[in-house]
Amino acid sequence: MVKIYIPADTTACALGADKVAAEVLLQAQKRGLDVEVKRNGSRGAFWLEPLLEVESGEDRIAFGPVCPDDVAGLFEAGLHDSAEHPLFLGKVTDIEWLTRQDRLTFGRAGVIDPLSLDDYKHEGGYEGLNKALAMTAEEIVEAVTDSGLRGRGGAAFPTGIKWRTVLNTPSDQKYVTANADEGDSGTFADRLLMEADPFQLIEGMTICALAVGATQGYIYLRSEYPKALQVVSQAIATAETANLLGSNICGGEHDFHLHIRVGAGAYICGEETSMLESLEGKRGLVRFKPPLPAIEGLFGQPTVVNNVLTLAAVSTVLAKGAAHYRDYGSGRSRGTLSVQLAGNIRRGGLVEVPFGASLRELVEGFGGGTSSGRPVRAIQVGGPLGAYLPESQWDTPLDYEAFTEVGAMLGHGGVVVFDDSVDMLEQARFAMEFCAVESCGKCTPCRIGSVRGMELIEKIGKNENRPASFELLEELCETMDMGSLCAMGGLTPMPVRSALKYFSKDFERGNGIGIER
Amino acid sequence: MHSSGETPAVVVSSAVRKFADTPGGLLPLLHEIQTGLGFIPSDCVATIASGMGLSRAEVHGVISFYHDFRDKPGGKKTIHVCRAEACQAVGSRQLEAHVKNRLGVDYGETTADGRFTLKPVYCLGNCACGPSVRIADDVFARVDADRFDELLGDI
Repeated sequence: MVKIYIPADTTACALGADKVAAEVLLQAQKRGLDVEVKRNGSRGAFWLEPLLEVESGEDRIAFGPVCPDDVAGLFEAGLHDSAEHPLFLGKVTDIEWLTRQDRLTFGRAGVIDPLSLDDYKHEGGYEGLNKALAMTAEEIVEAVTDSGLRGRGGAAFPTGIKWRTVLNTPSDQKYVTANADEGDSGTFADRLLMEADPFQLIEGMTICALAVGATQGYIYLRSEYPKALQVVSQAIATAETANLLGSNICGGEHDFHLHIRVGAGAYICGEETSMLESLEGKRGLVRFKPPLPAIEGLFGQPTVVNNVLTLAAVSTVLAKGAAHYRDYGSGRSRGTLSVQLAGNIRRGGLVEVPFGASLRELVEGFGGGTSSGRPVRAIQVGGPLGAYLPESQWDTPLDYEAFTEVGAMLGHGGVVVFDDSVDMLEQARFAMEFCAVESCGKCTPCRIGSVRGMELIEKIGKNENRPASFELLEELCETMDMGSLCAMGGLTPMPVRSALKYFSKDFERGNGIGIER
Repeated sequence: MHSSGETPAVVVSSAVRKFADTPGGLLPLLHEIQTGLGFIPSDCVATIASGMGLSRAEVHGVISFYHDFRDKPGGKKTIHVCRAEACQAVGSRQLEAHVKNRLGVDYGETTADGRFTLKPVYCLGNCACGPSVRIADDVFARVDADRFDELLGDI
């Protein structure tokens, strides 16, 4: 029997993986061949999707990107023997784009059947929880603190400190929540993890529950991710059946009940307090802080709010030890960063590397430049609230502090590449428009400032009252930055100011139509 | 949207029964009603409010806050076009213009034949292979004008 792996991941399917899988079965049947198609998750090498892997002894031979029309040819060429085939990539474990990464969190992605608990355990899954079950809550928190792990959602707050606060706040009911409202444009790491290795998130949340004394957990998942919802729901049901979730997990004294809640298309619900409001069934209005969610969070109780990748990383920290994780990275940014190469990029996808690599290495080395073949002009890092960086900044190491120093941020690790056809005035205008569309409306600088900002940038584009408009725009940015309740209004000026600073030419135009450069 | 075939009153009351005791259950309840009916009729707000122990204003506030919920029927299928930066970098602005022109509607509107409602979306998590479009629950990658027309033809 021949085993063939074809990812069921969103991007792979968006590129036709389901049709490829159906064609494989059809061609096998035509030839009377015994073929089993396994739907794995994606390895995140999206430029090679649909990536078809044929099992050959201990190895898997990869072909990609495969269209349905290529399938018959692959069978004719002899499947794993078809080294001459133009789509032949060799052993999947030898693909340099993948071997050059340090996959601490995404090591199983694309390797295993996402819904097979046996596969997960075979590849080291649940080793972390087993260790945690033999530790005190205090010891687990200590290990997470020692690992240097910081929040991967964007704020980079030390995870151990957050957990300690929840542990030390007395309450009869505490909660663990996973923020899976991955709304930043250019990011898909949470989605990939949930679709390719969902048990890792479940394991991380369970460890967190043991550490802080929580018995209830919620995954707040955005409605834009229907496949992730399917996979994670099934994984939770499997974990419940295996007594890895629910009452007396693993036959011990701990209970942990995990629920999924689906968002409803509001970007702001990725902000932690807005997410808590939404989990409570309310409008996603941002809360004032303090009180911190760690002290008064969901339903007024002590609550851990962590990003999907943060919680997933915890299973590795516990399984392999805090020092193992901490040994990767640079400065105060420890471990690995899951960079998502997106936008106009030749070899886009998920690149997990230790902190400290340069943006240039990522975009040129891994990414291979633009997909359009034109020169890269601007790179937006950290989502729609992140800065647009020109070439002079591309040697900045990917490290939280280094990025802050240059007036930028790493955020959730999204890297969106633009070629030289980009109009940076339009990008700045869009940053304000996005804030106007997605603002929760609670504070004035964000709600009104974003609309005024959009109008001002349009005026500049039409050459109306330029000096005064620029001055007013800068004042407005300052007001939003200093006066907004949360990062939405507070950071919207970041892409705007970076566009003004580094791409000022785009703001000089005659009639508001086209760029004069 | 999948219509359950039940009357609106039945769909609403069974959803209320299902989620009345769920902590913070209003969002899953509204999702259930919208999946069943295709929209959340304004005249069921009072039933939801009394069943969930909320005021009508609170329920209306939630329905109107979230982009996903709608209080009027939409087309048979919703087409979401991604407007976010990663897709902009590979030509989504041109795609948006083409889609609006092709369907003859703007965002938030439903085609005259009732087949499609067009909505903007800010990221589908397919950012390495944009421009991205979602039709019902299927996401499509590298969609340009020709590919979009092809997709429409396939439905």
